[in-house]
Amino acid sequence: MNNNGKNVLLVGVGGQGTILASKLLSEGLLALGYDVKMSEIHGMAQRGGSVSTHVRYGAKVYSPVMGTGEADVLVAFEKMEALRWLSYLSSDGVLIVNNHEIYPMPVILGQAVYPQVLEKKLAEAAPRMLLVEAAKAAAELGNPKVMNVVLLGAVVKSLGLADAEWSTTLRACVPPHALEINERAFRKGLNLG
Amino acid sequence: MRELLTGNEAIARGAWEAGCHVAAAYPGTPSTEILENVSRYKEIYSEWSTNEKVSLEVVSGASMAGARAMCAMKHVGLNVAADPFFTMSYIGVNGGLVIVDADDPGLFSSQNEQDNRWYALHAKLPMLEPSDSQECLDFMKAAFDISERFDTPVLLRVTTRICHSKSVVETGERVERPVREYTRNPAKNAMLPVFAKAKHYIVEKRLLELREFNETSPFISTEEGSGEIGVIASGIGWQHAREALGDRASFLKLGMTWPLPEKAIRDFASKVENLWIVEENDTFIEGAVRGMGIACSGKDALPLVDELSPALIAKAILGTKPASGPDTGITPPNRPPLLCAGCPHRGLLFAMSKKKELVVMGDIGCYGLGSMPPLNVGESTVCMGAGFSAVIGFQKAQEKAGRSQKVFGILGDSTFFHSGITGLVDAVVNKSRGVFVILDNRITAMTGQQENPGTGRTLMGEETAALDIPRLCAACGVKENHIHVVDPYDLKASREAVDAAYAAEETSVIVTTRPCALIKEIQKARDSLHCVVDAEKCVLCSSCLKLGCPAITKQEGRILIDSVACNGCTLCVQVCPKQAISREGALHE
Repeated sequence: MNNNGKNVLLVGVGGQGTILASKLLSEGLLALGYDVKMSEIHGMAQRGGSVSTHVRYGAKVYSPVMGTGEADVLVAFEKMEALRWLSYLSSDGVLIVNNHEIYPMPVILGQAVYPQVLEKKLAEAAPRMLLVEAAKAAAELGNPKVMNVVLLGAVVKSLGLADAEWSTTLRACVPPHALEINERAFRKGLNLG
Repeated sequence: MRELLTGNEAIARGAWEAGCHVAAAYPGTPSTEILENVSRYKEIYSEWSTNEKVSLEVVSGASMAGARAMCAMKHVGLNVAADPFFTMSYIGVNGGLVIVDADDPGLFSSQNEQDNRWYALHAKLPMLEPSDSQECLDFMKAAFDISERFDTPVLLRVTTRICHSKSVVETGERVERPVREYTRNPAKNAMLPVFAKAKHYIVEKRLLELREFNETSPFISTEEGSGEIGVIASGIGWQHAREALGDRASFLKLGMTWPLPEKAIRDFASKVENLWIVEENDTFIEGAVRGMGIACSGKDALPLVDELSPALIAKAILGTKPASGPDTGITPPNRPPLLCAGCPHRGLLFAMSKKKELVVMGDIGCYGLGSMPPLNVGESTVCMGAGFSAVIGFQKAQEKAGRSQKVFGILGDSTFFHSGITGLVDAVVNKSRGVFVILDNRITAMTGQQENPGTGRTLMGEETAALDIPRLCAACGVKENHIHVVDPYDLKASREAVDAAYAAEETSVIVTTRPCALIKEIQKARDSLHCVVDAEKCVLCSSCLKLGCPAITKQEGRILIDSVACNGCTLCVQVCPKQAISREGALHE
């Protein structure tokens, strides 16, 4: 991109909350005064398939999608999905990997093998890799589902936007009863990022 | 107010601001959220219609009566609604009428990749194509004005990337409009041959007027860059091209893509050395431009199949090699979508999978996922309703060929109401020996939990009649002893129903009765229920893994059941030959 914006690609498994995390990120960027576009895919893939959301921001954004080699930050909510989408990472991009495995059906059925020592191989290919224990952090907070907001915290940190007013965005997008735990998840993510 | 909206949210907002009174749709990705969002505006009567044809007929009636009205559907939905679509073009409108069509280039959630821009040409009515959410809102409002000014329905055509991308929108307020006067006028509204013939002349004249309007319409914009490359584009194709080429090209951006503004196109073409048409899928604009005798490039270098992207466009027009990212050299295993843990479809599909001599016609819905390993149930997917109707012909052909396998058809509750009932009537009357399975999970599940005629609630949240599927089947003429109502969490009962229907000599029906595991109330009630494996008793036979439940995995030589994902459906308990699995937790009422 030829302005001061960035591309963030969020990938994971349908049902992991990538869309909510992307929405929070996009709303926060809008509040910071950026032009933002976010492109998500609904439908069949949400039934446990591989999913991706593109978030692009800057002074002016045209296409809502980025191509291979163009993601400044690639965040994988599931470890093997980092591998699937790795080609989207730019040469000096940051790869954030949630240290969390979800077996796909071919692996469950014994027809394929879940790739071994994946962290090491990912780190070799992407030197700026950050392995995040988001699943563990969410479990410690008492709700495995806030894993997505832990990861959002890590993304925000790596984008250098940790000082912005994120609590306003959280308040606007998260139901009141879930606000407190999500705020704690976000702060935890900032510290992990 | 400045807001970040998806295209679908912005279309709904545009309808509201335009003073729309009546809206209808049948859910279908990527269009579903349009009506879901419309239903939040209480000034608009909104409904989930039984199918797309019904939705277009509902809003046609509203328009005739003088109300501003809209319907929305996915691309294949317009096939279902094509009959009223073509004739409403002749009839025109009283209150403005807008038909939103959402295509799915890239087939993210569809059975084909048809390009519905041809429908505008074919039915001879105007088409608008927004390129972002702001234009979704603005064009929606303009579409109602064009509709009333030119006495025509307007097609607003969007694609998945427009529907499901968020971008910044400046929203406005609603302008209330009274419902217009209605006066009886058969020459306008009753398309008997004598009136329709007269109308056809008017439609042709209207197209010429619309073309003239488009020449200087606010939907056209030009941007001057290099004189060497000129690009004509619309919708998401324009966004990708603008991103890829920047000031290295000049642009003619079209917002109204039918009828095309010939003079504006000629004028633009004369100013650039190489003219490119950038559009997804078919050569809709390119063919028309070539037909004007203007030389251009397009699908000779750009793909006909799948979505476009800035990288594809840069490669085709500038010869730029796409950037590449890191590579580990490892290919990850596929991650196909699958039936959820606790999905009520699994039980009956599993029972069917155990009867190897079945032929199974599938349909559109979550149960389509049953055709993948390990269940492998279902061998065809055509369109909504074919899961029943195709059984009739397949069974007759089997009998002609002397093949003994019996044919089953599967579809869901919403699909049954959409277009399964007609197939079932056909089966009974024409004495089909087929077996017709309705996987009734009390919701329209695949598109994200919409109400349907079986749920007892309308889109606007009112309580209403909940149609009784077994009684409907009986009313269609299926004999009571051939209607098997079964709990799909009960494998024994499921197998018995499959066996009984298989043996029957007359039309048989199986109806399952468990609601979708993702329905909020069901999730809450079953929250603490989950199954656990006794590692002492488990012999690692993998019987449970063959259910294809994502909650059950084998890790480090042990069978594990994810207690969060599991809802305690107990299918694994029932297939375990060693009684090594049991259920824990309690059902909350």
